[in-house]
Amino acid sequence: MRASRTTAVLACASALRSATAADSRISFQPPQTLIAQDISDLHTWIMIVIVVIFVAVFSVMFYAIFRHRKSLGHKALPFHENTTVEVLWTVIPALILAVMAWPAAKVVLAQKDSRGATITIKATGYQWFWGYDYVDYGFGYKSKLATPRKEIDNYQTAGSAKNPNYLLEVDEPLVVPVGQKVRILTTSNDVIHSWAMPAFGVKQDAIPGFIRDTWFKAEREGTFRGQCSELCGQDHGFMPIVVKVVSAAKFQDYVSQKQASAKAMADDPNKIWTRDDLVARGKKVYEANCLACHQATGMGTGPFPSLVNSKITTGPVQAHLGIVLQGKNAMPAWPGLSDTEIAAVITYERNHFNHVGDLLQPKDVKLARK
Amino acid sequence: MTASTETLHLQHADHQAHAGAEGWRRWLCATNHKDIGTLYLWFSFTMFVLGGVMALGIRAELFKPGLQFWQPELFNQLTTLHGIIMVFGAIMPAFTGLANWMLPLMLGAPDMAFARMNNWSFWLLPPAAALLVISLFVPGGAPAGGWTLYPPLSIQAGMGMDLAIFAIHLLGLSSIMGSINIVTTVLNMRAPGMTLLKMPMFAWTSLVTAYLLIAVAPVLAGAVTMLLTDRHFGTNFFKAAGGGDPVLFQHIFWFFGHPEVYIMALPAFGIVSQILPTFSRKPLFGYVSMVYAVCSIAILSFMVWAHHMFAVGLPATAQLFFMFMTMLIAVPTGVKVFNWIATMWEGEMSFETPMLFAIGFVCLFTVGGFSGLVLSIAPIDIQMTDTYYVVAHFHYVLVAGALFSLFGATYYWLPKWSGYMYNERLGKLHFWWSMIWFNVTFFPMHFLGLAGMPRRIPDYPLQFTDFNSVASIGAFCFGLGQLLFLYNVISTIRGGVGKAPAKPWEGAHTLEWEVASPAPHHTWESPPDEALVKKGLRAQSLEHDHE
Repeated sequence: MRASRTTAVLACASALRSATAADSRISFQPPQTLIAQDISDLHTWIMIVIVVIFVAVFSVMFYAIFRHRKSLGHKALPFHENTTVEVLWTVIPALILAVMAWPAAKVVLAQKDSRGATITIKATGYQWFWGYDYVDYGFGYKSKLATPRKEIDNYQTAGSAKNPNYLLEVDEPLVVPVGQKVRILTTSNDVIHSWAMPAFGVKQDAIPGFIRDTWFKAEREGTFRGQCSELCGQDHGFMPIVVKVVSAAKFQDYVSQKQASAKAMADDPNKIWTRDDLVARGKKVYEANCLACHQATGMGTGPFPSLVNSKITTGPVQAHLGIVLQGKNAMPAWPGLSDTEIAAVITYERNHFNHVGDLLQPKDVKLARK
Repeated sequence: MTASTETLHLQHADHQAHAGAEGWRRWLCATNHKDIGTLYLWFSFTMFVLGGVMALGIRAELFKPGLQFWQPELFNQLTTLHGIIMVFGAIMPAFTGLANWMLPLMLGAPDMAFARMNNWSFWLLPPAAALLVISLFVPGGAPAGGWTLYPPLSIQAGMGMDLAIFAIHLLGLSSIMGSINIVTTVLNMRAPGMTLLKMPMFAWTSLVTAYLLIAVAPVLAGAVTMLLTDRHFGTNFFKAAGGGDPVLFQHIFWFFGHPEVYIMALPAFGIVSQILPTFSRKPLFGYVSMVYAVCSIAILSFMVWAHHMFAVGLPATAQLFFMFMTMLIAVPTGVKVFNWIATMWEGEMSFETPMLFAIGFVCLFTVGGFSGLVLSIAPIDIQMTDTYYVVAHFHYVLVAGALFSLFGATYYWLPKWSGYMYNERLGKLHFWWSMIWFNVTFFPMHFLGLAGMPRRIPDYPLQFTDFNSVASIGAFCFGLGQLLFLYNVISTIRGGVGKAPAKPWEGAHTLEWEVASPAPHHTWESPPDEALVKKGLRAQSLEHDHE
């Protein structure tokens, strides 16, 4: 039964191959998993029920509206109750609901069953991008909106054409193998986000302090697109989710390549850095993590305060480090950055924006974490 | 009837002598249920316009992809304030205002039970509205976390959130006092002979709504107070960093928020149940089952809150429980729709503006009910939640539901309030205009949601462009059309198309039509004659000749 369903899904998917997932306009994105297919079927079934009821109810009502009107000389029949019909139109809808509830319950149970996954990936929501960690393979990265700002601000630079994947493109997509059960753990670094991939029938909130899970098994290769689906602040509309489904072999290559570069990138927390190196490294960390709120100028935005000449960036370095590690008010804690990254970004903030301040070594961060 | 009207005229004249304060003092110190009802209605219309202008700001931004007018932060502030203002400032006070104006008249009571508290419950509203508006201009701006105020986002926000929390406290206080007044009035001040199961449906729905509010307004107050202490006093109810639970807020909020949906829908059911029989010239079909349906909807509304949270990761059992409970609400709601249609069936219908709005309500509310049924199925909800499908669904319920019923109610009772008839052609134009542009605005949102467009985003991927442009055009036309309504109401108050008789509608039989139009400042100072009450009840088939 399941096997035949898979074939059916694949046939259906190939029929829709010309249309990419992002092209969906009036209905669900073409389902790429059995669950998404189940949901789509469920929706079709319920729409049929609804349309039948709609036609029945509305034709009775409009018959009355057109025929039983005063202007046609129709006289009112002042009946006002009828136990038989009242019982009938309570019981029949209840039975219809039961017929709808049964298949729906089966899908709920299937959707919740995340056992037996071959790969586990942790998706962390940040303001405003996603972080992915391949927990079985020991590497991870951030996945950010790749649409250039000038396309978004079309008001300022009129005429800049938008590419077809406008707002649905990221610098580094999530890569998963085809036909394998992938378990997604969601959590968040700051506020609630939601990891949504319509083509897979998946939407799971990413909640700070909690780990939630969901799963999918993509039935064919391709690139699929979703967006963060829980209001998470000003750039809520700008954190897309892109999943690239590849063959098992390609996935192995991808993993080894990522593991190698992760090794190369790893920093020794005991290394002593020069100021210039720290500032240069810190600039990258700042742009990757801090810029969205504090701006390139360091002037801040909304609830996020300015860093320029603030008592945090010019006061005692331990207090500055404390805020980065523990967060304060709108500022989330950033324990997920490495010791070197934290040291670099703090040094950058204290030696940029016209500041000339002290520098912080990774080993001090390591010490402060304890 | 003539005799009683004359008596009332005499009473009215009698009271001119000591009619109380005039000018601004009449309104500031108002204790008369009609004055307070008028205040409520004007306040809510003002808020409706304010919230509507914000909605147009949102739709202008969404007319095409890219950022046109607002930066994303301001866009979020607009969506948040639009939601809070429409729910707490426009719809809820409008129903309280209607209850104030009409309940004493319909029940044969001289006034609301607690006239001074009535004044206080109204005058809490303007300061609350002012706080919401002021929040736009404080550092950090207005709350931008959506009307649901989910933490930790709302903990992160600037001081605008504190103003909003205080505003919600005031609005909640006002609602509770208004509700206590309604409950006491309905339970204690009915005319002799009018038992609970013989009072008009509008009184029933107001009563049940008031109970719902008394039950849930404190829950919301608790939730936002915890939010406030999390923000400023070092507590960690909802802050994960301190061991709090961000999902707990959602549970508390929706334990308030789901009944709140029915707080905005039940009075609409009551209004439609007054209007349809009047213009069908038939008694309401299935009065008793209507009452039971209202009560069971109210009770069920407390058991379905987590259907707003199917994406937070509830256990499978909870997912199933809340799904089944939610589906179950379709049964009493269906009963109501069937009863309304049976009321029209074999009637002698005429289609004055109130009737058009009532039928429009039944049609569109049914569509909203259907999309609600689709959303009740948990796996489908996971595809739809936080998308435009939900936005479409609740606007079908709240605009075509609550708002259309309020328009209907205004046209229905305006002759009683003002003493003049409104312009029927203009009223019909207002209806058809609203009906068409409402659908142009909100129907495409179903497609946007199905295709996966998240809600509350200031900019969107290109494939959503067409439907968004259509919706924006619809919204601007819909908004413009409401000026027709304002014009019609004002010109009616100034004389309209002529004086209104005491009973302008042939099929109306409830007690409010037994007093003169305009309703004198004081009515039913002595309870209506029992024979008069019985006559009205018989006409509504709530009592039979042989009884």
